[in-house]
Amino acid sequence: MEAAASSVKDGGDLRDTELRLGLPGTEAPEKPAAPSTRGSKRALQEDDDMESRANSRPLEADSGEAPAAKAQIVGWPPIRSYRRNSFPPRKVESEAEAEAEAEAAGLYVKVSMDGAPYLRKIDLKVYKGYKELREAMDNMFKCFTQGEVSRKEGCSSGSESAITYEDKDGDLMLVGDVPWEMFISSCRRLRIMKGCEVRGLRTRQYS
Amino acid sequence: MREERSDMSEDDDGGGEEKDSWAPGLGVAGKSRGAPYPLPPPLCDQVLENVIENVLQFLTSRRDRNAVSLVCRSWYRAEAQTRRELFIGNCYAVSPRRAIDRFRCVRSLVLKGKPRFADFGLVPIGWGAHFSPWASAMATGYPWLEKICLKRMSVTDDDLSRLALSFPFFKGLTIICCDGFSTAGLAVFAEKCRHLRLLDLIEDYFEEEEYEVVDWISKFPQTTTSLETLGFDCLPSAVNFEALEALIARSPALRQLRVNHHVTVDQLRRLMVRAPQLTHLGTGSFRSPEEGEGMEHEAHLVSAFAASRSLVSLSGFREVESQFLPAIYPVCSNITFLNFSFAEITAEDLKPVIRHCHNLQNFWVLDTVGDEGLQAVAATCKDLRELRVFPLDATEDSEGFVSDVGLTAISEGCRKLRSILYFCQRMTNKAVLTMSKNCQELVVFRLCIMARHLPDHHTGEPMDEGFGAIVMNCKNLTRLAVSGLLTDKAFGYIGKYGKSIRTLSVAFAGNSDMGLRYVLEGCPKLQKLEIRDSPFGDPALLSGIHHYYNMRFLWMSSCKLSRRGCEDVAQRLPRLVVEVIRDRPEADDEAVEKLYMYRSLVGRRNDAPPFVKIL
Repeated sequence: MEAAASSVKDGGDLRDTELRLGLPGTEAPEKPAAPSTRGSKRALQEDDDMESRANSRPLEADSGEAPAAKAQIVGWPPIRSYRRNSFPPRKVESEAEAEAEAEAAGLYVKVSMDGAPYLRKIDLKVYKGYKELREAMDNMFKCFTQGEVSRKEGCSSGSESAITYEDKDGDLMLVGDVPWEMFISSCRRLRIMKGCEVRGLRTRQYS
Repeated sequence: MREERSDMSEDDDGGGEEKDSWAPGLGVAGKSRGAPYPLPPPLCDQVLENVIENVLQFLTSRRDRNAVSLVCRSWYRAEAQTRRELFIGNCYAVSPRRAIDRFRCVRSLVLKGKPRFADFGLVPIGWGAHFSPWASAMATGYPWLEKICLKRMSVTDDDLSRLALSFPFFKGLTIICCDGFSTAGLAVFAEKCRHLRLLDLIEDYFEEEEYEVVDWISKFPQTTTSLETLGFDCLPSAVNFEALEALIARSPALRQLRVNHHVTVDQLRRLMVRAPQLTHLGTGSFRSPEEGEGMEHEAHLVSAFAASRSLVSLSGFREVESQFLPAIYPVCSNITFLNFSFAEITAEDLKPVIRHCHNLQNFWVLDTVGDEGLQAVAATCKDLRELRVFPLDATEDSEGFVSDVGLTAISEGCRKLRSILYFCQRMTNKAVLTMSKNCQELVVFRLCIMARHLPDHHTGEPMDEGFGAIVMNCKNLTRLAVSGLLTDKAFGYIGKYGKSIRTLSVAFAGNSDMGLRYVLEGCPKLQKLEIRDSPFGDPALLSGIHHYYNMRFLWMSSCKLSRRGCEDVAQRLPRLVVEVIRDRPEADDEAVEKLYMYRSLVGRRNDAPPFVKIL
C-alpha cells in the first residue's frame, strides 16, 4: 500500500503560489482540517453548529460534472471520528469536485473568550459579513457575560472587549480590517479579548 | 485490558452497577435509608459479618455482588466493605461522595461518562462528564487506589497530575474515547507515577498544536520499570523513538505494546528485538520509512516475528505495505486477536495471511477485503468469536465491498460466532436469516446498512424479517443494532422475542409510536436504548414509564418528541434526570431535538452547560 498519497494540503500550498486575478481568498478556502495530521483535528461532525447543516444544504458549486456530494448527515454512518480521520481523503477527481466538497464542508474555526470555561466552534461560511459574525459571537457567549456592552455604546465604556483572530501566519489580528472574503480565507481561530489587552489593539470601531 | 475492549461491546453489567435494581417490587429498599452505615450492628452480627466478608472476598462479579447486597442489611454492609472493583456506568447516576461512602475499600474504578452517540458527534462539545470531581474526591477517599478505567470522560492534564501525585500505589490507567488532556499531562503522569504497570490510551482525542507536544516518553523513571502494558496507538504526535527504545529495554515485565503510526517497520523491529516476550503488539504504520527501501527490512522483520513466540494479539498496520505482511506468518497460528481495521488491504493481500490463522477468535478488518476476503476468513477461522467489518469510506453512497454474500459465508464457516459488527451497502433478509440459524450463540448483532432506509436488495422488502429471525433464533442475544428499511413490524419482533436484550440501537427506522412501544413493553431486560431519526413521539415515550428506572439511559434524537411529553416523564419519575439538549439557541422550544435521560441517586447535575435543559 502506498504511503499517504499527496493530500489536499499539498494542493492547497500550490494554490497559494498560483498567479491569479483577484484578492486572495476569492476562491474556495482550503479545508480546515489537514487530513495528514491523523486524528488530530476533530471531525466536523462534532461541532454543535452542525445540526443546522444536517439536512441538505443546497450546494453552491455549479460544476456540472462533479457528482453533487450528498449532504452529510451528522454522525451517520456511525463511525467514530477517530476512525474517520485515520484514512487519507478519497482521491478527488477534479478540482471542481474538491471545491464542491470544500463548499459543503464548512469552514470551522475555534472561538474562545477570555474567561469562558469552554470554547465553541463556528462555521465562517454561514455568515455574510462582520456584522452577522459579531452578532453570532455575542449570542454564543451571552451566558458568560453580564451586561455585555451594547453595540450602540461601542466599546469605549467599562468592560471592553474586542474580537481578534489568529491568521495563517500565526499573528494576532483585529477582526474587521480586511475584506470579508480575505478574512475568512486567512482566519484560523477567533478570540474574544477582554480588559486592558484590548486597549492596545483597538484603533477604530467596526460595524 | 485489550480483551476488555472487545468485551465492552457486550457490556455484561447486569441489572445495576453499584446500585441495586430499581425494580418496582423493591422500591428503593435499603438505599434511601440515609447513610449506608446507620447504627453499628450488635456484636453477634459483627462476627457473622466478618465471616461473610471473608467469603465475599472471592466474589468478583458485580452482578453477583449486587445480588448479595440485597439480601439483608448485614450482607449489604459486608459486601460494601469487600468490593474492590467499582463499576459506574453513568458518572451522573451517583456522586463521588456517595460512592466513596458506601464502598470503602475500592482498589479499582471503571467510570463511564458521555452517551455513546457522542462518538458520532451528536453530543455538543462541553456537555459534561468531567473527571475532575471524581479525581479530587478519590484522592481523599481512596488513597490506596490502584487502577482506573475511564470511558467517554473529559480528562484534563491536571487530573492526570493529580492521579500521579495522590495515589502512591497507582498501577494502571486506561483511557478510552476521552478528550481534554495532552502530552503535557502524560509527561507529568509518567514522571510521578513510580510504580506504573499499565498505561493504555485507546481512541482518545488529542488537540495539540505541534509546538505544544511534550516528550513524555522520556519522563518515565530511568531505572527498571514495572511496565506491563503501554499503548498509545491513538496518539497523533510522534514520540521520541530513542527514549521509547530505551524504555522498552528497561521494562522486562512488558507484555503489551501498541505504538502509533509514526513508528515505521524498521523501528518496530528494533523494539521487538528488545521485547521478545511481548504477547500483544500494535505495529504502528508497518511501512518502510522511505519509499523503495522495503527489501532490506523484510528479512529482519521476519526474524523479529519468528523470535516473538508469545504473541497472541496483533494490531496497527496503519499504512501497511503489503510486502511486509508475510513477516507475520510465524506468529499467525498463535494469534487469537487480529486487528486489520486500519489496513487498506485487498482479498489478495489477506488470503495468504489468514490461511495461517487457525486459532483466530477476534478479527477486525476493513471492508476493502471484500466478500472474497470474508470467504477466506470463513474457510479458516473456525474458532472465530468476534468479527468487525469497518467501512473504508463511511458515506452513504460509497462503493460497497462487502454484502450479504460475505455475511452468509461467515455464518457458514464460523459457527461459534458470538459478536458481529458489520458495515455494508447491500444486504438481504435471507443472509441475515441464515446467520440467525447458523450462529445460534450470537450475543451481539450489529448490522449497519449504510444507506438509510435501504430495503432488501433482492426482494425490495423491508429488513423486518431478517432482524426478526435474529431475535427469534439467537436466544442469548443481549445487544442489537438495526438498520435498513424497517417498519414497526421489526420492532414487534424485537418486543416479542428479544427477552434478553439489554442494549438496542435504532436509526432511521419504524413507522409510528407503536414501534417504540413494542420495545418498551416487550423487553424486560432493556437497559440502554439509543434512537435517532425515527418517528417516535410522546405517547411512545410515556409507554416506558414503568421501565425507565430499570434502565441506565434512554437517548432519543431527531424523533417526534415534544417538551410536554418529556416534562410529563420528568414529573412522574422524580429519580430520573431528563436532559433536553439544544444544538441551536434559537431552536424551537416546543420540539425536543435531543433527549437524554437516566436514573440518578443524586438528582440533577450542577455542571450542565447552557445548552442543556434539565426538566
